[in-house]
Amino acid sequence: MTKTFKGRPVLKGNIEGQAVVSREGMNILATFQKSALKKAKTVIAADQNNKDLYGKNLTGKIICLPKTIGSTTGGMVLETIAKLGIGPKALLFSEHIDSLAAAGVILADVWLDERIVTIDQLGDEFLQAVEDGQTIEIKEDGTVILK
Amino acid sequence: MREYKMELTAEELDILKGKHGETLRKAMESVVLYGETFGAKRLVPIDGPVHLVTSFGIPLLTPVFDKMDQLIEANLRTEKPFTVDPRPLDYENVKCNILEKLVFKIMYGKQEEYEKQLKKVGLKDSKAFTCTCYLDEVGNIPKKGDILAWAESSAVVYANSVIGARTNRNSGIIELLSGIIGKTPEFGFIEDEGRKATWLIQLRVSKLPNPQLLGSAIGMKVVEDVPYIIGLDEFLGSKLNDEVKDYLKDMGAACASNGAVGLFHAENITPEAKEEGRKLLVEDYKTYIIDDEELDRIMDSYPIMWKDKDARPKLCFIGCPHLSLSQIYKWTNDIAESLKAKGKRKVSIPTILTAAPDVVDEFKNDKKAYCMLTSTGAKLTSICPLMYMNNPLCAKKPIITNSNKLRTYTTARFYLDEDILDQITQ
Repeated sequence: MTKTFKGRPVLKGNIEGQAVVSREGMNILATFQKSALKKAKTVIAADQNNKDLYGKNLTGKIICLPKTIGSTTGGMVLETIAKLGIGPKALLFSEHIDSLAAAGVILADVWLDERIVTIDQLGDEFLQAVEDGQTIEIKEDGTVILK
Repeated sequence: MREYKMELTAEELDILKGKHGETLRKAMESVVLYGETFGAKRLVPIDGPVHLVTSFGIPLLTPVFDKMDQLIEANLRTEKPFTVDPRPLDYENVKCNILEKLVFKIMYGKQEEYEKQLKKVGLKDSKAFTCTCYLDEVGNIPKKGDILAWAESSAVVYANSVIGARTNRNSGIIELLSGIIGKTPEFGFIEDEGRKATWLIQLRVSKLPNPQLLGSAIGMKVVEDVPYIIGLDEFLGSKLNDEVKDYLKDMGAACASNGAVGLFHAENITPEAKEEGRKLLVEDYKTYIIDDEELDRIMDSYPIMWKDKDARPKLCFIGCPHLSLSQIYKWTNDIAESLKAKGKRKVSIPTILTAAPDVVDEFKNDKKAYCMLTSTGAKLTSICPLMYMNNPLCAKKPIITNSNKLRTYTTARFYLDEDILDQITQ
């Protein structure tokens, strides 16, 4: 059975992809830094404090999360990952997007023409419903369909 | 051109159409989209220089260096000369072994190049590297009501709370681009509504709490909300003198790092609380009572991140955020007197005091005082201890600090000032 949620498109797009779910805040620096430093071909989440994501491949995935946390370099790291072409396809936030993630996806979009589709304010229910590996369809108007 | 929700002036629209070049268009578009994300209806001019958080040349962050190159090529620089967070390294005063240096060389391999780029886009001068840009000696001093675009969290909370200026907690690079276009989005702490307090913090303590411990308690409780603190004036009085400002500097930095506080009001002390009093509280505010037991509970809750919990400390950092001139004098006197009382000549743990380059210079001008400090064996530097501890080899060392910010972000162990003094002069 499909479930539909509606959020606010921060950076819109019509895409489909596979979910990776973090029920707690994602530390951008800790998650992505290792892969970026190695110039790896895929991002393997490296933040040992985040049990939901640790060790999972995030490249080309749709990351579902409440918000991002951690160092103010977070936005710049997210932009770097996008530049390396190994970033996530989309970020789906249950809460209002935070300033770190907002800066990261906006700077990548404006300066690098690399779009990470971003929807926020999808609500707690979305984060409770979505499961790892689930196929997600995202529509331009901020509609998110869990298949 | 994208569709924007924000009300934009003809000049701003021209920039967004690319009439003033592609790079300025991108700078404007980044700030506008960032503002729209947080509900800003328009851009407002900034009244003072920006303060940047990104002071380190980490080779990984290639988009930062590319952006700098594009700004330089387009002859764009901030309208007013800006200040930036501290440098990461000072081998003369903070000793490192060969392996640590090797890691630092890789970690901050682009430092020199990046500093040249900063200079070209508007850096104030080679001494403008500090998290305490608002101190008299440094000179990036806003006035009450000034609209700013700052990024360093401890500087943001100081500017908003102690000075009464208005800045959001901007993400890195956004603050630089705001400085380039001379404007910042109007939302959050820029507006009166965003400066209302949603928490009443009631102090019921027997003595003035350590500022870094009190700030930690407040930050952990209110997270990113605005607290209105009552009871501090009983201990600090109502005059914003240097001592009180130093207290609020350290308390604010702990609020900002142990939580994400960008503004606090202290009754009868901070400028907006003096003017408006409890009218600053929203109707349905929450209350948090802090007494001696609560502070003990917070202190006991800090995890010890050292591998060997009983290890003898190998280094001590004092000054995160950077120390003021009067704080350097106080530590110098305290260390010298404590050593004298214990019949010792030198500190027993390598001790590093950190302060802004301009503040360090001012202190060094007082040859007698500087001589007193160096004779204790303590060192004075202007680095960021946090960036030093980002080196995994340094992070493995048992390091003690009086900074709750350093404790939060690294493996350093937090002690109250009196305990730090006791340990380093053992």
